[in-house]
Amino acid sequence: MSTRPRRDARDFWLFVGPLLLGLIVFSYVPIGWSLYLSFFDARNTVTPEVFVGVGNYTAMLTNEAFLSSLVTFSAFAVAIVPLTYVAALALALAVDRVKFAKAFFRSVFFLPFACSYVVAALIWKTSLFSGVNYGLVNSVLGAFGIDPVAWTGTADPPLYWIVLITARLWLQLGFYMLLFIAALQRIPDRLYEAAWLDGAKPGWQVFRYITLPQLRGTSVAVLLLLLINAFQAFDEFYNILGDARGYPPYGRPPLVYLYYTALGSGGQDLGRGSAGAVILSVLIAVVTLVQGKVLGFGKGRDR
Amino acid sequence: MSRAGAVLRWAALVVAAALFLLPFYLLIRNGLATREEITSPQWTFLPAELHWENVSALFAGTEVPFARSLLNSAVVAVLQTAGELLLCSAAGYGLARIPYRHSGKALGVVVATLLVPTSVTFVPSFVLVSSLGWLSDLRGLVVPGLFSALNTVLFRQFFLDFPGELEDAGRIDGLGRWGVFRRIVLPNSTGFLAAIAAITFIGSWNSFLWPLVIAQDSSSWTVQVALSGLLTAQNPQLNLLFAAAAISILPIVLLFVGLQRYLVRGVTETGVNG
Repeated sequence: MSTRPRRDARDFWLFVGPLLLGLIVFSYVPIGWSLYLSFFDARNTVTPEVFVGVGNYTAMLTNEAFLSSLVTFSAFAVAIVPLTYVAALALALAVDRVKFAKAFFRSVFFLPFACSYVVAALIWKTSLFSGVNYGLVNSVLGAFGIDPVAWTGTADPPLYWIVLITARLWLQLGFYMLLFIAALQRIPDRLYEAAWLDGAKPGWQVFRYITLPQLRGTSVAVLLLLLINAFQAFDEFYNILGDARGYPPYGRPPLVYLYYTALGSGGQDLGRGSAGAVILSVLIAVVTLVQGKVLGFGKGRDR
Repeated sequence: MSRAGAVLRWAALVVAAALFLLPFYLLIRNGLATREEITSPQWTFLPAELHWENVSALFAGTEVPFARSLLNSAVVAVLQTAGELLLCSAAGYGLARIPYRHSGKALGVVVATLLVPTSVTFVPSFVLVSSLGWLSDLRGLVVPGLFSALNTVLFRQFFLDFPGELEDAGRIDGLGRWGVFRRIVLPNSTGFLAAIAAITFIGSWNSFLWPLVIAQDSSSWTVQVALSGLLTAQNPQLNLLFAAAAISILPIVLLFVGLQRYLVRGVTETGVNG
């Protein structure tokens, strides 16, 4: 009998050990190293010698470009999160109810999930919202006698947001629509029957008092996912706004700013880059934990 | 629901679907046109003839190692998917089934990493990988992404619900723990494995930030980095750029069509728990 716990321990490490080791090396070590580097002057070196205390942190938190990247993220989140939420839910309700060609609609709306953010950036930047007269949107406007609009190059009014937001909306809408469709299908029919017996009007009343409350878990999960994904925005910003001349002074989300700070051509400031990474990590962990407190971890399921 | 309402909803869906397909239309139209046709101020719905030579020009072109980048992406996505499935399914099974004192602590170590998305820590990860000497190297592209905490947690959830009778039968037949896992548990979990595999493969093929940071040498570029290089260059050759982009999404669209059932399952499993 005494060999059993020992065999269990051996088996446990055989099954779980490799993954734990990898997580420690590739998640915990970088974060620890990052903390270490963030207290040093680490320009173009990973073995720094000059200790600067919280200097990198105060530099980052008083750095206008870093702070403006957080403002950029906030503006982006304020637009993309509610827009995607409402559109995904509306699409899910419509596709879930449609009788004819249901599978076709579901596939079409989900298809952009197969497309990379880089490819979408390319289509949006050089064809759909291209600033020259042969871009699709400008061609349509031209048919009405309107001059070509420089979509990505206009910061005042911030027309570039239209390009960035429509691109991400197209890319991620289908994914969230699927989450809502799955959740809608889990709502028991008897609830709708009960509502009907109670004389609730089909349409708005049923949606307001049955459907929406039943979707609460999925809604919270979707909102959190949307927020975290918006926070990590990089691919489409880098490819739509950046070019051979570099990156414009506007529309810089946190990761784009970090990329240019830590790995840009102007020299690698790994100390400040690390401090920035730590600040962002703390911010995102706080958001996740707050959500966890409100809802419990990984319990985004509707029960 | 009134008939008029149903018709209206259907019409709205048709319009939305057309808008959703529009970018794919642009991709194909521009990929098979000449440069002049794309930049003509007179909009044409389709090129006068289909210029398949755009595709051959890409593979003959020496400026950007496009064929090489496709191969790199394929190798990275296959290795990452296979490795991640093996590592995360084994770990998830161990955490779900093996009675061990420190199992709870180990799960804590895994779950804690879910708090900080990997993309946010790309700077320190870059520092680590460069000090390992893995820059512009397949190892740097594949290995750091193999250890997915999310997939491990999902596998654990899945195996907690796995019927124990099957495993008992295997043990009576004299199989050890690894034997039970390999011969009984995995073969009876193919649907879930396919779902996780489809999501992982697409994520790996489409990822951009990490390869951009790691693949500094053009011989190690993935297809996304190559496309980005073409796109952000001075005065890109639009027809070739679009042909390249169309080719790059082809494998994923085929996978999408073939495995849509698993993909949908993967999205609903990972999304709601993500």
